Amino acid sequence: MDILYFSWVRERIGLPREVVDTNAGTVLDLVEELKAREERYVVAFSDLKALRVAVDQELTDFDASLTGVREVAFFPPMTGG
Amino acid sequence: MRIVVTSKPFDLGVEAERFASGHIDMGAIVTFTGVVRDLDKGNLEKLVVEHYPGMTEKALEVITTTAMSRWSLGDALVIHRYGELTKGDLIMMVATAAPHRKDAFEAAEFLMDYLKSRAPFWKKEITSDSTEWVSAKVEDEAALSRW
Repeated sequence: MDILYFSWVRERIGLPREVVDTNAGTVLDLVEELKAREERYVVAFSDLKALRVAVDQELTDFDASLTGVREVAFFPPMTGG
Repeated sequence: MRIVVTSKPFDLGVEAERFASGHIDMGAIVTFTGVVRDLDKGNLEKLVVEHYPGMTEKALEVITTTAMSRWSLGDALVIHRYGELTKGDLIMMVATAAPHRKDAFEAAEFLMDYLKSRAPFWKKEITSDSTEWVSAKVEDEAALSRW
């Protein structure tokens, strides 16, 4: 599964994207898996309320299912315009 | 309907002229342009706009299609830049065409409200002594509830 990071999430984790081999059932499960890997993920995911998630390029919630999903992206609230 | 996500500058006059011409049944054209504003201290050196290629275009398309169906629009245009910008640069524009001005104004505001907090762009302000991601404003999220 492709995992993408943007803005300060990308900076805290230290890379813009990575391929992760995972059996996580939901976004939240994936977050827990990542946090168990290394401290930088713990830091980036310390406050989920400050984060947004997109699954296959659509905004969704952290309890969204990852069945059949190819791409997950984590980022802070958007500041366009 | 036209959506442009680009790192290059755009010409407001050319875009507005092109958008406004050729309609015989659209009595109202509204354009809004966003300009990179200096910080209160006057020390903004650069504004870096990051985006999520692929999702950005999709999100803008959904937002614009929604506006087209919700108001009586004949056409809509969204241009948004990414990359490095500096104060005074045009960062984005929206334009709407409708038979009457109320639809054109409202749809333009709707587009602005939604693309501020639902299109995947992130701004970073760089000054001589700091580098800071712009935080989303509570009122930007609250603005969506009126629609």
